[in-house]
Amino acid sequence: MHVEKVVTRHWGKPGQPTLDGYRKNGGYEQLKKVLELAPEAVQAEVKKSNLRGRGGAGFPTGLKWSFVPKDNPKPRYLAINADESEPGTAKDRFIMENDPHALLEGVAIACWALNAHTCYIYARGEFKHPSNVLDKALAEAYAAGIFGKKLMGRDFELNVYQVRGAGAYICGEETAMLESLEGKKGWPRLKPPFPAVSGLFGCPTVVNNVETIATLPSIFEKGADWFAKLGTDKSGGTRLVTLSGVCNRPGTYEVSMQTTLKDLIFDDQFGQGMPRGRTVKAVIPGGSSAPVLTAAEMGVALEFEAFKPLNSMAGSGGIIVMDDTCCMVRCLWRVTRFYAEESCGQCTPCREGMPWMTRLLRKIEEGRGEPKDLEQLMQVATSIAPWPPIGLGNTICALGDAGALPVQSFVQKFKSEFVQHIAEHRCPYGEHPWGAFGEFQ
Amino acid sequence: MSDAVAFTPEEQKKFDAGISELLGHYPPDRKRAAMLPALRLLQELRGWCTPEGMKAVADKLETTVERAYEVATFYVMFHTEKPGKYVIDVCTNLSCALRGAEGMLKHLEVKLGTTAGTNGDKYFLRETECLASCGTAPCLQINEDHYENLTKEKVDKLLETLV
Repeated sequence: MHVEKVVTRHWGKPGQPTLDGYRKNGGYEQLKKVLELAPEAVQAEVKKSNLRGRGGAGFPTGLKWSFVPKDNPKPRYLAINADESEPGTAKDRFIMENDPHALLEGVAIACWALNAHTCYIYARGEFKHPSNVLDKALAEAYAAGIFGKKLMGRDFELNVYQVRGAGAYICGEETAMLESLEGKKGWPRLKPPFPAVSGLFGCPTVVNNVETIATLPSIFEKGADWFAKLGTDKSGGTRLVTLSGVCNRPGTYEVSMQTTLKDLIFDDQFGQGMPRGRTVKAVIPGGSSAPVLTAAEMGVALEFEAFKPLNSMAGSGGIIVMDDTCCMVRCLWRVTRFYAEESCGQCTPCREGMPWMTRLLRKIEEGRGEPKDLEQLMQVATSIAPWPPIGLGNTICALGDAGALPVQSFVQKFKSEFVQHIAEHRCPYGEHPWGAFGEFQ
Repeated sequence: MSDAVAFTPEEQKKFDAGISELLGHYPPDRKRAAMLPALRLLQELRGWCTPEGMKAVADKLETTVERAYEVATFYVMFHTEKPGKYVIDVCTNLSCALRGAEGMLKHLEVKLGTTAGTNGDKYFLRETECLASCGTAPCLQINEDHYENLTKEKVDKLLETLV
């Protein structure tokens, strides 16, 4: 199975993270080309490419751009979401480390298309090294006259700033990120209005993920048709996924939209299969908020539409594999603890529900569970967001859904394990709930 | 409290220069937007977000100290109490747990003679959430420096460097 590389095509080449190295491989040539086009033509090309957001929702990028009102006299902003923190996801970080100028060239292309003169790149606070690499690249781009008063000599001012977060998962939610960029705690805003209409400082703002924007230079290098053809009907291009958990070669890989979960785990160029004697029990396919799949569902392609019939999602491409010796209760407890910890506290169902579910799961895992706990667990989850998922939870932002869907899917698909814990008053996996690689050595 | 010294003269210089650069990144009527980077600057200079420092930040950003405190307490990377010399953040989320993170945390607790979540003079060992190192798990950060693909041997070597 051959995957044509797009985002990672220059990774690891000598000097790629520097301006000189990037230019040697054709860097900033696409920006030059784009600056000869009218912004509308650039937007049309992006629409034609079927590029979809890589942050989690998979929203068509060209369509998102078109929501910016044409008659609003306020300044426009581009905000890049580099607050990568969905458990299981480690891809944007590697773009920043391996090819920061691809992101910056993409930023310039997007700003030209959107007529935005300021871009903020919101990087998560823990990204000390990736942020340092990006800061260096930014300084190089300014020094070379690419950014600043004149975008590559054009009469178009473009300023790009990196802002570092400070440890809050919620700031990956686009409106919480805007609040954070405004210097506040990350409390999501009610939508509508959507950021394209009223975003940063009340001005029209487009929020895009790092991978989405870093893909733009190759779309203009080889054309929107080429990019669209690489993918499927509705999802253009390739995508970066992170394979983690139990498999022989975890890591970050570029896959095609036709690559299946099974290919990813077992193919030699990716995960290289399971350790001897172990089989797949469960796979979380798109970051820990994506409903879990069973081994029988591994034939699904890693493409945005394909997950809908399975009531799950491609999400941010964080794929977490659990083998037949992993305790599902323990795994779910760990996931739920995360959402309890990261709930911003604004909406009652999420603020109260996440810790409640965490307590119930701990109780079951520690052998103190009662039969009614399972029912209660599902009831709390469903009070936060309905199952099957329709994207309309009872909270302002999707963190509510993100915490409820794992609970609903784990309990539905692995109910017997929960029941066994309760019936036997213990965890059947005892001191070893984490599977083949769970011991620290 | 208001008379307490926030900075030494040297720090004050760095603080003033840093803040004025930061303010240049935002519209002139949006000074408060610089809150996160300003608190980061304060923490770099003082080691933590001191009350006097937060007052200084609030004054520069033409907002109230409550606004600064609200932000400093919302984000886990800001310390509103003086942390130990080495802040060790261990990811114990699912991807890392499946690669031995719980054992790594226990190993650190024993080696350092502390309990996760307890702040001490030398070490502040704590569990943290996913650090985007899932394919290179397990991982930890020491004073924000990132280490991944860890083993017992590598962790022990790392600890030897913490003097």
